[in-house]
Amino acid sequence: MFWKKKVPLLIVFIMGFVMAVQYFVPSDFSKKFYDTYIDWAIVIGIFGGVLGFFSFFRVHIHKVSKQAPNWQFSLISILCALLMIIAALLGGRGSGSLFMKLFLYTSAAINATVFSLLAFYISSAAYRAFRARSTQALALLLAAVIMMLGRVPIGDSISFWTAWGWPSINEISQWILNVPNLAAKRAIILGVGLGSLLMSLKIILGIERTYLGSE
Amino acid sequence: MHWSTDIWVWIAVFFTLSVYTFLWKDNPLYKFAESVTVGIGMGFGVVQWWNLSVVDRFWVPLTTRGTIGLVLIIPAIMGLMMVTRIVPRFAWMSRYALAFSIGAGSGFMLPRAIQASILQQLYATMLPINISWTGLMVNLFIVVGTLAGLIYFFFSKEHKGVFGGIANIGIWFLMVGFGATFGYTVMARLSLLIGRVLFILRDFLGMHLF
Repeated sequence: MFWKKKVPLLIVFIMGFVMAVQYFVPSDFSKKFYDTYIDWAIVIGIFGGVLGFFSFFRVHIHKVSKQAPNWQFSLISILCALLMIIAALLGGRGSGSLFMKLFLYTSAAINATVFSLLAFYISSAAYRAFRARSTQALALLLAAVIMMLGRVPIGDSISFWTAWGWPSINEISQWILNVPNLAAKRAIILGVGLGSLLMSLKIILGIERTYLGSE
Repeated sequence: MHWSTDIWVWIAVFFTLSVYTFLWKDNPLYKFAESVTVGIGMGFGVVQWWNLSVVDRFWVPLTTRGTIGLVLIIPAIMGLMMVTRIVPRFAWMSRYALAFSIGAGSGFMLPRAIQASILQQLYATMLPINISWTGLMVNLFIVVGTLAGLIYFFFSKEHKGVFGGIANIGIWFLMVGFGATFGYTVMARLSLLIGRVLFILRDFLGMHLF
């Protein structure tokens, strides 16, 4: 109990307290302490990486060995990971190397395409989200439409009312982005800030302990 | 039209079209592309992790910085303790490394959350409201919108009466904010789609469009 639970809680409290105080003490010692913490955090993170890689290979090797449904795709993932490691070992990882080409012409291309795929699905999502069932939903719809028109040249082209000195769609979209959108985001950021402040305090004081696990 | 002779462009086009087959339905070609990107991403991560973290941030300081470098053995031992999660019997030892990281991270966040997410935001919201375009159409909207949005997120009091009315104004601001964000995201995704189409037309098919 003492070694498994109380010592970790003590470490959390001491480290949390010291790091919080460090911020308010502008001295060389404080700066060195902060730099040391960053170095240590990176070294601990290195071993976190080991856990991640172990988990990846364990899951996929398990699927292949058990011949679970779609195990062939797990095998492809393993082979591709090994291919990248071999490519880096043989040809380095500089620009123009096999390693970088493999990354840019496969993974980077696939990732960009997957994100662009969302352009199609976001349209159907928009249909469901934008059905103006209330005046507030109408506000959401109008803001989105103005924002989309404001980002493309046609937005300014159809703004015939600018002849009377009224702002164009582009200007309106900019105003929406900089004013009501900013106000909404600021309210959210303040809420998130207060939330993370409380969560930090709960962790340091040992009230929040879920990171210790169930045992 | 001059088709590309670069094998890498052909590979990229193959994967681009494979991903787009998902528009029809989930199929083996899409799954293939998916598992390739997972594997390539993992391999990329392993190589970068080894070079940028293990070698640059651990091995080089350990072997070249004398006593200061040797101190890195302490976090390395803590890191090894984190790896004990793999063995259930010794998994509790990982708590020390987690406690160090989470405790220090929380202490690190505490003053910075106050500074960046609370004080700076409040400071930026305290704007002069006067009879001018900026005063009324910018500053007033920002002050009212932020306060009303905050009141909407305050659930300890029932949203009724004046309080409920202000919370309702907050909803309006939030809806406009979400709409703007949605519209912006749609355009970002469309821009990516245009990028992929241009890649196929220009780089692969060699079409001179503009």
